Formats: sequence, structure tokens, C-alpha cells
Amino acid sequence: MRYLPLTPDDRAQMLGVIGAADIDALFVDTPASARLKGPVDLPLHQGELEVELELAGLAARNRPAGAGPFFCGAGAYRHHVPASVDHIIQRSEFLTSYTPYQPEIAQGTLQYLFEFQTQVAALTGMDVANASMYDGSTACAEAVMMAARVTRRTKAVLSGGLHPHYAATTHTLAHVAGVQTLRLTPRIDAEAGVIAAIDADTACVVVQTPNVFGQVTDVTAIAQAAHAAGALLIVVTTEAVSLGLLKSPGEMGADIAVAEGQSIGNGLNFGGPYVGLFAVREKLVRQMPGRLCGETVDAEGRRGFVLTLSTREQHIRRDKATSNICTNSGLCSLAFTIHMSLLGEAGLRKLALINHAKAKRLKAALETVPGVEVLTQRFFNELAVRLPMDATEAVERLAAHGILAGVPYSRLDPDAGMNDVLLMAATETTQDGEIDILPRVLTQMLEARA
Amino acid sequence: MSMQTIGRPTRPETNAVAAAAPEGAKGLLQYEPLIFELGGWSKTGVDLPDVAADVADDLGDLVRTAPIGLPGLSEPETLRHYVRLSQKNHAIDLALYPLGSCTMKHNPRLNEKLARLPGFIDIHPLQPQSSVQGAIELMDRLSHWLTTLTGMPAVALPPKAGAHGELCGLLAIRAAHEARGDARKRVLVPTSAHGTNPATAAFAGYTVEEIAQTTDGRVDLADLEAKLGPDVAAIMVTNPNTCGLFERDVVEIARLTHAAGAYFYCDGANFNAIVGKVRPGDLGVDAMHINLHKTFSTPHGGGGPGAGPVVLSAALAPFAPEPWIVHDQNGYRLIEGREGVAAQAFGRLSAFHGQMGMFVRAYAYMLSHGADGLRQVAEDAVLNANYIKARLGDLMSPAFPDGPCMHEALFDDAWLEGTGVTTLDFAKAMIDAGFHPMTMYFPLVVHGAMLIEPTETESKAELDRFCDTLRVLALDALSAKDDPAALERFKAAPVAAPLRRLDETQAARKPRLKWTQPAAPAPLAAE
Repeated sequence: MRYLPLTPDDRAQMLGVIGAADIDALFVDTPASARLKGPVDLPLHQGELEVELELAGLAARNRPAGAGPFFCGAGAYRHHVPASVDHIIQRSEFLTSYTPYQPEIAQGTLQYLFEFQTQVAALTGMDVANASMYDGSTACAEAVMMAARVTRRTKAVLSGGLHPHYAATTHTLAHVAGVQTLRLTPRIDAEAGVIAAIDADTACVVVQTPNVFGQVTDVTAIAQAAHAAGALLIVVTTEAVSLGLLKSPGEMGADIAVAEGQSIGNGLNFGGPYVGLFAVREKLVRQMPGRLCGETVDAEGRRGFVLTLSTREQHIRRDKATSNICTNSGLCSLAFTIHMSLLGEAGLRKLALINHAKAKRLKAALETVPGVEVLTQRFFNELAVRLPMDATEAVERLAAHGILAGVPYSRLDPDAGMNDVLLMAATETTQDGEIDILPRVLTQMLEARA
Repeated sequence: MSMQTIGRPTRPETNAVAAAAPEGAKGLLQYEPLIFELGGWSKTGVDLPDVAADVADDLGDLVRTAPIGLPGLSEPETLRHYVRLSQKNHAIDLALYPLGSCTMKHNPRLNEKLARLPGFIDIHPLQPQSSVQGAIELMDRLSHWLTTLTGMPAVALPPKAGAHGELCGLLAIRAAHEARGDARKRVLVPTSAHGTNPATAAFAGYTVEEIAQTTDGRVDLADLEAKLGPDVAAIMVTNPNTCGLFERDVVEIARLTHAAGAYFYCDGANFNAIVGKVRPGDLGVDAMHINLHKTFSTPHGGGGPGAGPVVLSAALAPFAPEPWIVHDQNGYRLIEGREGVAAQAFGRLSAFHGQMGMFVRAYAYMLSHGADGLRQVAEDAVLNANYIKARLGDLMSPAFPDGPCMHEALFDDAWLEGTGVTTLDFAKAMIDAGFHPMTMYFPLVVHGAMLIEPTETESKAELDRFCDTLRVLALDALSAKDDPAALERFKAAPVAAPLRRLDETQAARKPRLKWTQPAAPAPLAAE
């Protein structure tokens, strides 16, 4: 067993030191009736080669995004990750360390967390960011719980443009806490209808920009309306690269900004692990969930960093904590902060512009196809497209031709009556040629069907 | 001295005084500023194709105009920045990392390699299911291993960490009670529980009540029985518990709980101590999360990502969150809403399907060890912990000296009485001796707790090095009773780490949670 250093001799010697007759003597507290006599009914140990072959076989039965034309988004985006990012996150000192409970020998982790928090605060235009959440959807749910705590109100208004899985995740958490979630009707410009739903019981309004249909909205007026009613505005972003180009949540009046950070530094990974970004206005800091890293000095007055304000957290406050979160997304936040450091402001802006340019090319290509209608008017890198057929069927047909055309909206929200709507994203990884073949392929498919 | 020294062995000049680097660099350890003090606003380490300047004109005033405040670095500067930071971290690959209840074991690099296969890392959660059959099958096989190892009929893979798994379990329990029209209000949690247990119970809408502990570190059955009642939804018991002990009365705990109509949630954080030896399903457990980053060795990554699948009893299985994995003649499928067999799912825990990247690593770990190796994992983890307890037990005071411990050895601070040295001082002195401290002051039920978990991936030589070091330190601590200089060494520790003790009080009183540009001079070099 290549991962187990003890030899039979070691074990015998150690049992001698302990004064135990055999290994079973150490398991004496387990109920005798429940003790297994031997290995359970599963295969026995294998070498690296055999394990590699088995997993490579499974991997080969998946079609990677990079294997051909690919237009899936809807909350997870394919971007190029520089080689140095993956190299650094695999360094032993980052990969095989844990939450920095002993700051004197964890300054590496603490300093990058401090840098991460600063980058996230800048990117979202907020005062303070935490050291990460599990992902964007759980960050959204925690933001709603936080808003209910802060306002002592029990209603959350969710825009119809909020990713349906984010709405569902939020509902799961809010429901048991007695917070009602009012999810508005999904439509392309759903954010426009939010203000009418705000009332005196509203703890928070949750809007998304770009929303699940790709539509970009200036939510400043919603912030004003929410604040006038004593409610908080939560702004959700599922595509972090958009923040390099678009007005930040902070600029538009958000009280809490949450985002999925996967787009920066992290692969698609079939949905996880990702990294949730969570940022707030200064006055809300002590109600935040999650770890916070802060600057301080050591005994010789040198600058150093520690986890701080932990009296909000479960290990101190137990059932009165602001959240039950403990482990978060450390290594994914490291990937995020390395990639962001490489990009810098100049690189991020350019990356965002390229994404937008690709989406414009995609829109122009789709508009040449008879019967196909692009629904999103103001977009960043994603479009909602109406097809003259069922979108799920279209996706399956195109997949058979090696094209992953996007995400049918009905997969996220089966009861919305939008079975003909396809969500299509383009990023810097989308090749012009892959966009340019779409009109012909789509036209052929539609003609063959007719 | 003027002798030519090139190529000769060097030797320090007797009267030479090391010139202090202006910013505190020493030896291989470099001082490293923040990226905000290094980078430039126009600098970038990523080459991107040019794009027309007016490409975003269609977005009008939706475009941000003010500077964001993100510095950039070239690739060589980036590598140096992070490599320098990395050298200020302790890591499992450097030395034993005995954080009790965290299970800092070796992270096989094969698992890292496999998780990066394009067929795993480069697949989208919402691409057609026909194009990800291998991924769903892997999730199904992982489920089979987890249910077989725990003796439980079902598993929910979505939870993203241990605490998220606890939430998943309690929400399934809540849904099961509600389905019977039997809404209950309370959850019972032992005083020794990890903080996430009461926090999760509160998050799931329950009031929390504590169960007392016996003097031998187990759940007090009489207190449990007294507190169980028709409004108790569940008990949350960690087993092996946070004192590193197996709950001997676990079967009786389950019986009493079920007799009161409540469910038994087991915190499986310490499953690594019993994997392959005892199955929670044979003990009457209804739900238990498994930290893949503990028992199944997915890397801790400086604080995540984790993964916390929850195994469920037959009574709770119908309420597992979406997505569900099903398998029929057409292949594998994820059910992503409340439909078909998943009609009673309690809802959704996160946007997608769970921590796939962690599933790949954990599955590779399981295949590598096999049923036989996993059993050996538990045995060696328990053997190593008992070895430490035996080798240190005469100098330090084991919190529960009678009988064996499981995977971690717990000491209290009674042995330090009269020395002036505290658990914190002792931990900081360990840093100077080259080891990461153990978990301190947890569990809360033991005074000045020192919880040492070596894991099964430590060799006897490393265990001996650790125990020898701690024995020297312990004797030094005991000598502090009448040696002020010894006491001073402990109070001053660490002195050999990149930084001395940090002022956590100041950090909390006036929080500085991000870098802000000093008024002058401008921190960024002109470019």
C-alpha cells in the first residue's frame, strides 16, 4: 500500500509500546456485534496504473468543452486559465495546508486571502469582501439570510432574471428560517418589474446582472426603491468576467454583492468546486457569513495577517453564529486571485471586451437564421435565443453533430413555458470559425426537421 | 582576510554580523509585499488579442468608467510572489500536521492528475447528459462505495463541505417529519460537538439543546433520555466523538432516539477512524455526512474546497436533495427537479451537482486503497494516535487516560498547572520546533484541550521525531515552574517562524480587511 508507511514490524513494535495485544484491542469500544470481520464487498487495492486506466476510461466517455464548438453558460463559463495558475495552486504549501488557524506559519495563505478580499471588494465596488463561500448560489442564499437578520423582516423578492437554481437554493435555506421568497415571473427584462413587488415587509431584493437570460441592467433605480422601503439590495453576478466591463454592483447601490467566481482561474469541473464571492457595505461587516482575513502586527511590529471577527462564526458563537459555514473554497480563491493578479485591470478589461465582441459576433450569426430570434437586447457574453423548435431537442440534435449549442432554459426552469428558449454563451475560448458555422448548421437542422 | 575563497568550503567569520535585509528577508525566506504594492495598473501577465476600442459602445452607460483598482503582474513576478508566499506556510508535505479533527493526511498526486483530465475538468454541468455519461457513472460508482462502506442504502452527493452536509441531513430529517405532519422544534447536541452542529441546527430552523457528557467523555445517556421528547426532531452525535473516543453506547443512543420518534444524525467528520471496521448503518444511524477532504483525502487547500456527501437511511432517502442519479437501459441520468422517484426531494442545496472535482479525487483514493486498504487506513490511524498517547501520556495528561482512543489523542492542561505555560504557549513553542501545533482549546469540554491527530500516513520515524520533540518541549515546560527563563521562552514563542505572535485583538478591534492606498507616497511604480 503505497500511501501507508507503517510496516508489519512497525505495527508490532507500536502495539508493544501501547501495551495492546493486537489491533482489535484498540477497537474494543466499538460494539462487538457490529465489528466487520474482514474487508467489505468492494474491490481490493490497485496500483497507480490500474486506477489511472479506470478513471481515464470514465473521462473518455465525457465530451470536453474544448473538443469542439461549445456555447454553454448559464452560471458556469469556459475561460482560458493560464498555466501558471494551476502550477501554483499545486504547490504543496498551498494544496496540503488547511485553514490558517496558526497565523505565524500560515502567512502565505493569509496574505493571499487578504489580497483576494481586496480584489473582490474592488471588482464588486463594495467596501469589504470575505474569504469566499462555496459557490455563487450558496452565497446568494446566505446573502438573503443575512438581509433578513439585518432588517428583521421576512420577505425576499427574487427577480425573475435570477438563475432558477440560485432561486431554488435560496428558497431551501430561507424556507426553514421562516423567510418567504417571492420569485417573480421569468422574462428577459425581468429586473424592470422588480420595484413593484417591494413592500414594507421586504427584507431584500435580489437582482442579477447580467441576468440568467444574459440581459444587463442598471439596477440603480431598484437600489433607490429598495432603500426607500428599508430593504437591502442584493446584486448577483454569475459571470465574474463581466465585472471587468460593466458598472459594479457597488456603483449601482448594492448593499450585498454576491458572485460566482469560477470564471476567473477555475475550470468547469462539471459544476464544482467553484468559489463564491461575497462583499458588503462597511456597516454590515459584523453580520457577514464566512471567514474574514484582517491586517495586524506581530510582537515586533511587523505587518501580518490573521483570521478575524470570528465571534460571528460557528466555532465561537455556535447556534447564534451568522452561518454554519466552516471550510470554504480556499484553493479556488487562490486560483481566482492568481489569475486576477496576472490579468490586472488592463487584462481583465480587455478580456471582458473580447468576450463581448465574441457574443456580438454570435448574435450577428444567429440573426441570419430564418426563424431564430435573439431575445436579449443588452448583453455581455450570453444570449437568450428563441428557436422555432424545442430547445432541448435542438441541443441533443446538435450534440450528435459535435456541437454543444448551449443550455435549454427549460432545463433550469421546466415550468416556465419557455421550452423554445436556448441560452448561448461565447467567451474568448470560442473560435470565430465555430461561430461562423452556426448559421449553416442551424439552418440545415431546421430544414431537415421541417 | 584576503584569501581567495571561491570554490572553498565557506565558514562564517567569527566577528561577522549578519547584515539585516532592509525588509526582513532571512535565508531562503523573502519579504514579500502585497500585490497592490508590486503591480501596475497597466501591467498584465496575460497576452490577449487586440479588440476594437468601440466594441462596447452598444452598452452605453452600462459600462464602468472609473478605475477598478486591480494591479497586474507579469508571469515571472507572479510566480515569485506566490512562491515566496507559499514558503510562509506549513504543509502536510513538509511535516506532520496534527490538527485534531481535521485529518491532515497525505494527498496522493495521482488524484490531482486524474481530476485534471479534460473529461473531468473541462465538462460543463449543464451540457447534454448524453455527453457526460462517464461523469455521472463516476458519481454513481462513488455512491456505491460510500453506501457500501457505511452500510447505508442511499447517499446525497451535492453538499459542498461538512457543514453543508449537516444542513443536508437536517433538512432531510425536517422534510421526513413534515411529510408525516409531525413538525418538531428541538435538536439535541452534545456539549463536546463541533460548532457547526449547533450552528447548522439553528440554520435549519431548530432550537438547540445540549446533552451533557459523562466523566469518561461520552454522551450521558440519562441526560439524553431526559431531554428526548415528542418535539425533538433529531440528535446530532459525532462518532467517533470530538474527544477521539468511540461512543460505546451508540446502539442504545439510537434506540432511545428512535423510540422518541427522532432521527439520529451522526457527524461523520471522524469516519476515518472506523472506515472498513464498523458501518454506521449497523449502529442505527439515519444520516451521516462524510468529509471527502478528511476520510478520503481530497486536499484541504488552505481551507477548502471540501465535499460533504450524506448517507441516508431508508426512512430519509426519499427526501434527498436534487439532483438524483438514476440508471436504466438508456444509461445514466440526473434528475434535476422534484419528479419521478425524486418527487419528495427537499429541494436544491446549490446550483449544480456537487463537488465533481472532489468526487474524482475521492474515487481514485478509494480505488487505490480498495476495501482492504481502507480497513488498514482506519487501523493505522488508530494505532498511530494510541502510540502518541502512549509515548506522551507519562509527561502530559491524557484527558481520558483509561482505555484506547480512536484516531486522535486528547490531552488537557492539568500537567501544565503551576508552570505558567498555557496550551497556547506550548502550541507556539511547537512551531519553533518545526511542527504545526495540534488543535487547541477544542473540544470545549476539556480544559486547555490539545487534540492530536497524526493520521495513518505518518511513518513510525516521523511519529518518533514528533514524540521526541514534544517530550523535550514538555520537560522544558515543566521546568518553567522554577525557571523564569524557560517560562519566558514559551511566552516569546514562536521566534523561528516568519512572524512572531500576531496581535489578534487589534485585528478585531479596528478591522483592516483590505488594502487601501496610502495617501503618500504613491505605492505603484511609474511605468
